[in-house]
Amino acid sequence: MGPISILHEIPEWLNLTIAFLIGIGFGFALEQAGFSSSRKLTGMFYGYDTTVLKVFFTAAIVALAGSQLLSYFGLLNLNFVYVNPYYVNAAFVGSIIMGAGFIMGGFCPGTGISAFSIGKIDALFFLIGGLTGAFLFAESYPMIQSLANAKYKGPVRVDEWLGISPGVFTFLLILVAILLFWLAERAEKRFRRPDISSEI
Amino acid sequence: MKRKNYMNPYLAGVLLGLVLLAAMFLSGRGLGASGGLKYAVVAAVEAVDQQHAMSSPYYSKYFENGENPLKSWLALEVLGMFLGGFISGALSGRLKFKVERSPKISKSKRLVFAFLGGIFFVYGAQLARGCTSGAALSGMAVQSVAGFVTMIGIFGSAYLFAWFFKRLWI
Repeated sequence: MGPISILHEIPEWLNLTIAFLIGIGFGFALEQAGFSSSRKLTGMFYGYDTTVLKVFFTAAIVALAGSQLLSYFGLLNLNFVYVNPYYVNAAFVGSIIMGAGFIMGGFCPGTGISAFSIGKIDALFFLIGGLTGAFLFAESYPMIQSLANAKYKGPVRVDEWLGISPGVFTFLLILVAILLFWLAERAEKRFRRPDISSEI
Repeated sequence: MKRKNYMNPYLAGVLLGLVLLAAMFLSGRGLGASGGLKYAVVAAVEAVDQQHAMSSPYYSKYFENGENPLKSWLALEVLGMFLGGFISGALSGRLKFKVERSPKISKSKRLVFAFLGGIFFVYGAQLARGCTSGAALSGMAVQSVAGFVTMIGIFGSAYLFAWFFKRLWI
């Protein structure tokens, strides 16, 4: 029963090998999706390429529905799977800053790694900026500590918060995704840019 | 070698979702990227100025109980990402040194904004405790409220700012 490394004693080298292999799969999937191209990623915000939305929501739903199926059949104990803690102010301010970084840099950290791995020099600059950003955060931490830790709500889940079952929530999310996919396909036709799409 | 097309996005999404599911099943956690960059910085600062690292409340917590930030799950996962991306690029004929940019801007302008974007993104990710991978995608897969808030925040903000940076891309 999973999570394997939490419910079973496994040596550290094996745990780190699993991490490395998962990373290979992650990097491979991102590159195959086309996330190694900044103009493909930013197409999301101008409508000519909505790959980001399609890949992102499909992946979230596969993992969400898959983990619930595994839990239902007694193969995975979801109580031991990490749920992100919710710091209300930090999540809000942090994600606004990330969005600004996304449209300036053309990548997020994962896609920047993916693009650098196939030789994109702009991605190298993005990653050097990323290291700089992590350094600036660490050095400025005493100053923004209060913002970072304000209004802590714990690892709260949407299904608990809305008082519905995880299955119902998953179903609702699938409906939302289908609607978004439909909108995305329409946007790609309306805002199409063959000049960009043929290059990326 | 001829450059191959990208994978169908829905199929790539299924593949990415299965990788995420494997991380949840094997290690009880989601995927991450910005955290790996943070560990690299923490390790570098400790190597350059150990006294500063140990006296800082931020850096010192990564060295408790003799831990090494580079021997962590996330650091190894990020290392694997470089190899995975390289393998994919090699199989699809996409390995090439290149500055990707709109023809309307110069190479150096593209590189400056890439650098600035990196600073903003990872700074924000440290504040929000995760980026698009660790907070938004992995968070949504475990129905985390923080995951959904971060996802909506990142994309909402990028749409908001997209108009100002239009010339960089289209």
